[in-house]
Amino acid sequence: MKKNRLFFLLPYSLWILLFVIAPMILIAFDAFTGSHGEFTWSNFVQFFSDTTFLRMTLNSFWYAFLITVITLLISYPMAYILSHMKNQQFWLLLIILPTWINLLLKAYAFIGIFARDGLVNHFLSFFGIGPANILFTDFAFIFVATYIEIPFMILPIYNAICDIDPALINAARDLGASKWQVLGKIIWPLSRSGVESGIQAVFIPSLSLFMLTRLIGGNRVITLGTAIEEYFLTTMNWHMGSTIGVVLIVLMLIVMLTTNRKRHHQEVR
Amino acid sequence: MKKKHFVWSRLYMAIVLFMMYLPIFYLIFYSFSSGKNMSRFRHFTWAHYVTLFHDDRLLAIFIETIMLALLSSLVATLIGTFGAIAIDQAKSKKFKGILLALNNILMVSPDVIIGASFLIFFTALGISLGFGSVLLSHIAFSIPVVVLMVLPRLKEMDRSLIDAAQDLGANQFDVFSKILLPVITPGILSGFFMAFTYSLDDFAVTFFVTGNGFSTLSVEIYSRARQGIDLEINALSALMFVFVLALVFVYYLIEKRRRFKKAPKRG
Amino acid sequence: MKKILWSAFTILLICFGLNLTAKKLDGNVSANSKRTLIIYNWGDYIKPSLLTKFEKQTGYHVIYETFDSNEAMYTKIQQGGTNYDLAVPSDYMISKLRKAHLLDRLDRRRLKNFKNIDPIFLHQSFDPKNNYSVPYFWGTLGIIYNDKFVKASEIQHWNDLWSPKFRHNILLVDSARDIMGLSLVSLGDSMNTTNSLDLKLAKTKLDELGPNIKAIVSDELKMYMIQNDAAIGVSWSGEAREMLDSNSHLHYVVPKEGSNLWFDNFVIPKTARHKKAAYAFLDFMLEPKNAAENAAYIGYATPNRAAKKLLPASLRNDRQFYPNQSAMKHLQVYRDLGPSKVQEYNDLFLEFKMYAH
Repeated sequence: MKKNRLFFLLPYSLWILLFVIAPMILIAFDAFTGSHGEFTWSNFVQFFSDTTFLRMTLNSFWYAFLITVITLLISYPMAYILSHMKNQQFWLLLIILPTWINLLLKAYAFIGIFARDGLVNHFLSFFGIGPANILFTDFAFIFVATYIEIPFMILPIYNAICDIDPALINAARDLGASKWQVLGKIIWPLSRSGVESGIQAVFIPSLSLFMLTRLIGGNRVITLGTAIEEYFLTTMNWHMGSTIGVVLIVLMLIVMLTTNRKRHHQEVR
Repeated sequence: MKKKHFVWSRLYMAIVLFMMYLPIFYLIFYSFSSGKNMSRFRHFTWAHYVTLFHDDRLLAIFIETIMLALLSSLVATLIGTFGAIAIDQAKSKKFKGILLALNNILMVSPDVIIGASFLIFFTALGISLGFGSVLLSHIAFSIPVVVLMVLPRLKEMDRSLIDAAQDLGANQFDVFSKILLPVITPGILSGFFMAFTYSLDDFAVTFFVTGNGFSTLSVEIYSRARQGIDLEINALSALMFVFVLALVFVYYLIEKRRRFKKAPKRG
Repeated sequence: MKKILWSAFTILLICFGLNLTAKKLDGNVSANSKRTLIIYNWGDYIKPSLLTKFEKQTGYHVIYETFDSNEAMYTKIQQGGTNYDLAVPSDYMISKLRKAHLLDRLDRRRLKNFKNIDPIFLHQSFDPKNNYSVPYFWGTLGIIYNDKFVKASEIQHWNDLWSPKFRHNILLVDSARDIMGLSLVSLGDSMNTTNSLDLKLAKTKLDELGPNIKAIVSDELKMYMIQNDAAIGVSWSGEAREMLDSNSHLHYVVPKEGSNLWFDNFVIPKTARHKKAAYAFLDFMLEPKNAAENAAYIGYATPNRAAKKLLPASLRNDRQFYPNQSAMKHLQVYRDLGPSKVQEYNDLFLEFKMYAH
């Protein structure tokens, strides 16, 4: 049996070694070296002493936060309604379907929709509101990012709501709880795990939507992801890019550890 | 009262779904316009589809993208399934925990970090950028999701089955192929499917590690979108949409047949 | 077990089939084949029919790849993962590539059409003996404005960009040297300054431009200007040419106080594998007829004397695009400032982009 175990473990641990551990070490190594390969803290010093970097970091977390919150606000009712529909499989499919259309194609559609001569402005001018600048605004970026993330938020919440034992809800109803009470006291707390995984599925990717900051944000919105991409592929400053990467990883670890601890608490309770 | 509520929820759902499909149908609508941009529909034409079918580069990229997705998800499924079995068999709880944590690193890392670190990795090893490096990257970021799909099936499995089989003299291969595999097959299939979508959908990682003329559909659309609107891309998205619909239909048929087959057993 | 193995096998078979189809579509030649030529060029920077003509004439298969910026191109060439046979960097980047020993020395005897190049475009500072590069196009950096929104008198100088009238109405091209450069010129500095303080000041001045900026984009700037999406754009002369051709409300100005004069030249990277094809293509593009056809299509100014004569008079005599000697005096060619200075430009520009709100 021992040999057998090794057989299964070997390719997998090779993958972990090569594609998980090695890249992480390399990115950290680059963050702590200067242009001549010497060890240095200067990249981090620059990052934390320059207000531009701090502002950019705060900004991108702010955007990611906004995107996550708006997505959640739209998705939760959607998931709730969905869990009460007939033919749920069909509606679910309808929601998943757009995710299979390439993300870039959808972003590209919005270039047309938001243009000065596009759909939205046609619609607005119908009501006598002159052509508005929509493309290349914060609004446009957040709108498109939200649009793209919505299905990824609906699914985990929907699954969590479906997992709730209907007997609980029936019992609450029998005991005279109103519809809103059921929602607030039973469904919301019991679907928390779905909301949490939804938040994780949306928040982290929205930090790296550099293609949207280009195409929709017109480079006026620079997030951590855009900065890393620029440092790596345009300005060729891999050390600074890696530094931002390491900062991002550390920040994420902190976020994840705190949410995990909270979940742990809940289990204990 | 109840009816009213029902109407509101229906309305909400209709609006959200409408918004979700609007951009897609907008693209498809203008793919038939003879104009140059997506602002005024001129008159109906198939011209953009004709150009699309003569655009050998784009068609080749389309095919290569699918090939890449199939290959990478196949390999990722293989390694990921092995990994899940290895994690499941791990004796010490600590070792299991470490393996799972390492597995999840790539699941939660932002794409840019994965892309950037892989780029450093390939450069350090002197691997030339192109189909190979993209394939390796896609395999790498698809493995964890396969593991996560297969693992629950293994946990649900009845241990005594294996013990019983071994007592009856089954060798290791038999145990694997006759007992383990049938139980985890649904997990393997959904793992493969997830890996496939991950690969098809990826842009950021590919963008970092591609080169030598190799390009996937996402990267190609990005570079074309940066040159402005080109209704050929609209035609492409219409075709993609039809393609996805066809896939869904096939999936639906298979699912229906499977259920039909299974139904008598259950009853 | 059998079923799974069979499906895996089927998938492999499908992949094999797809691979064959893709190869066929790609012209049956891969990057490794001998009859191939890989060109690394700016997006939309060659007349496509010329590529087909070259393929037909010589039998080589052309793979045409594009880049967004000189820096991105340098990264790919230096990274070494890709073996390009020809690339089209701009002046300062040629000098950087040359210094990094990434270029192959040209054998000019193999280019019988090299004599067509106007001597005033040879022996520039970035390649004093033209041992490494063949001029492809040249041009200027300037302002494109839409007379629907802006009067000509309102926009003649770089400083006019800062006018509060143009709030959220300016599109900038995504290029570090150019945008930093225009800020430097507006402050009376050289576009090649290495003085860190001047650079910081230029960046600070750019930060104030923030509210006027609609977006910082690359090739799509053209489309937005043509669609009247913005009043003002800052871009290169050839881009402007195309915009002017498609929208009669657009005009191009090169501010008198100075601007950039740039050259895009063909080079052969050290890693090139198909040098014979590269020389054949260079000579093909130097033929007056082909160069003229290309110049008429792209709209940039050609350094090819013989080709210029073949262009229609309206193009040839347009002072905005072929400035006369006295106007040329105020134009500056970018010099390679060495890696750390270039890094400084790039990093400052990126910081400006992070700040631009």
